[in-house]
Amino acid sequence: MNRPSLVAVVGNPNCGKSALFNTLTGLRQKVANYPGATVERRSGVLLGDETIELIDLPGSYSLTPRSPDEAVTQQVLSGTHALERRPDAILCVVDATNLSQHLRFAIELRSLGMPMVIALNMVDLAERERISIDVTSLSEKLGVPVVETVAVRKRGLTELKEQITKALVDGPRDIVDYGDTVGLRQRAARKIASEITLSEGIGHKTTRILDKVLLHPILGMIVLASLLFTMFQAVFAWAETPMDLIEGGIGSLQTFFAGSLAEGWFLSLLNDGLLAGVGAVVVFLPQIIILFLFILILESTGYMARAAFLMDRMMASAGLNGRAFIPLLSSFACAVPGIMSARAISNDKDRLTTILIAPLMTCSARMPVYTVIISAFIPNTLVGGTFGLQGLVLFGLFLMGIVSALVVAAVLKRTVVKGSADTFMLELPKYQSPNWRFVFIGLYERARIFLKRAGTIILISTVVLWVLTLWPFAPEGADKPDVAYSMVGIIGGWLEVIFAPIGFNWEISAALVPGMAAREVAIAALGTVYSLQGSEEMIEAGLVATLNGLWSLPTALSFLVWFVFAPQCLSTIAVTRRETGGWKWPMFMVAYLFALAYAASFITFQTASALL
Amino acid sequence: MTDVTEFKALGTLSPGVSGIVADFDMQNDHNRTDMVDRLREMGFAEGLEVEFLHQSPFGRDPIAVRVGAMTVALRRKEANLIRVTTT
Repeated sequence: MNRPSLVAVVGNPNCGKSALFNTLTGLRQKVANYPGATVERRSGVLLGDETIELIDLPGSYSLTPRSPDEAVTQQVLSGTHALERRPDAILCVVDATNLSQHLRFAIELRSLGMPMVIALNMVDLAERERISIDVTSLSEKLGVPVVETVAVRKRGLTELKEQITKALVDGPRDIVDYGDTVGLRQRAARKIASEITLSEGIGHKTTRILDKVLLHPILGMIVLASLLFTMFQAVFAWAETPMDLIEGGIGSLQTFFAGSLAEGWFLSLLNDGLLAGVGAVVVFLPQIIILFLFILILESTGYMARAAFLMDRMMASAGLNGRAFIPLLSSFACAVPGIMSARAISNDKDRLTTILIAPLMTCSARMPVYTVIISAFIPNTLVGGTFGLQGLVLFGLFLMGIVSALVVAAVLKRTVVKGSADTFMLELPKYQSPNWRFVFIGLYERARIFLKRAGTIILISTVVLWVLTLWPFAPEGADKPDVAYSMVGIIGGWLEVIFAPIGFNWEISAALVPGMAAREVAIAALGTVYSLQGSEEMIEAGLVATLNGLWSLPTALSFLVWFVFAPQCLSTIAVTRRETGGWKWPMFMVAYLFALAYAASFITFQTASALL
Repeated sequence: MTDVTEFKALGTLSPGVSGIVADFDMQNDHNRTDMVDRLREMGFAEGLEVEFLHQSPFGRDPIAVRVGAMTVALRRKEANLIRVTTT
């Protein structure tokens, strides 16, 4: 049997577990989902040893699960998980600066009797805090090897690998039982910690000082608001140059093909179908990377938990708690990881509500839609001499999403998902300088997923759309553009009846259909439809200028508002089905979002038309 | 003036106050024992020093408390299950 040995990486939240996992496995990680279950499975082969597979289990405080993801940790370790085999060994990660707390979980794990190695992590921080630990004595007391590590600086990794290999060979350990209540284990952990700690620490000074500012009732809120505001301004400002470059590159490719290939269906497929469609989406990669960069840095530094603390009261008014703020903030990047991270919420009702409102957070896929429309219709002027008007409008759209999410949550908690609210309890981890490796791996993963989508779903739907925009052919001597006679024109015409009251023409109505595959496809579709209508100018001037000439301002505003609520993409519906275990809630979600989108766009269009 | 030590519920304190955890307010109520277990898992234990650090700008709830080497954010309702002797 050549199956690799499975080693579970376990520890309290904030022990540096994922950082250690990243350094041990490198970029060759596999992120999958347990089919039918709700938790991500992150695994990877140990660097330099193909026979050992590491699996990163969700951070837990104990083997008594408090949330669905902690339940996975407990089930996998006890061998009762339906799909995961029981690991052959445990790599328990312990924070050296918070020993008595983390040892409590370590001694609980010892009661399982499995082969185990302890990584005493963040020993560099401990040294700086003048904590001195007798490692040999700790190892003797727990009866398992203890290795000092600094995950981010790759310290202690060689010895750790040796000890893991040795532990696998040595096999099961004697079970050491310290008692079966939290109180007893806590006492045992504190006793051990005090015996092996040679000098007490002075605490993490930087954290105390930073918290005085960042959790200050007034300053803290100012910092949080400015951080979010900067994030959205940066998404526009920093991305400009790389986006221009990508756009220019696609443009010159189109010109090149137009010059070197014969006029015909192949050239049209290439330029109007693939390049206009896929290109319209790929161009947003820089913005998505910037957005994720902010979110990953906030997560990596420990600020995210502070944001949750500051937001708890506001979330409570919507019947949720501060913890829901984290999945909701991630949903700004993409609702799919956001909905999945709602697993950390222990209360079922709170979790369901969070999932249902997550799509109202403006995800990065809606960014292409916003950007194109804003660039086409909102003048690029400065307000008050400092803030770009375009950035302000974008900020306003995000805000609209947030406010409606809170209102919807409050309504849901009082009607469909009634139930007592869960409390808020969260460790505020020490501040750390961002772990660039973690940030880089995260960005790489998101960029890969985005480009893969552009190369698959979006590519296929643009090709299908391209075919449907050409077929059936226009009759001889037609007075309207050819597209109007095609399948897209026909479907658009049907839908236009429904969407006319909110100001959508048949081109927009037609673009909404492929937009269900992924939101950014709506823009790709508009690119294709308009490109086929007047090929040459479109290629030269780009979609932005074309729209500016063709849409009225009320239509543009209505379109923007539509996408604040727009029924979400297929991946979101799919992940909601998986996370809620059925079709009931995703259907409900689609219905209420559609109703909200239609109502809000109707009001926007009618008001704007009356005023302008 | 008497020198009797006074127990106070952690959730009734204000920023800047420190104390020692005396005990947990346990009654024969399953939900409450479970919550006390959760508090223990978050690091609260008899004899440990706690320091009231921060409170939310909105309605002064939740609060942030240092316990041992950790900082924990929780709501006053749950903090009230922890009784401390203030120093």
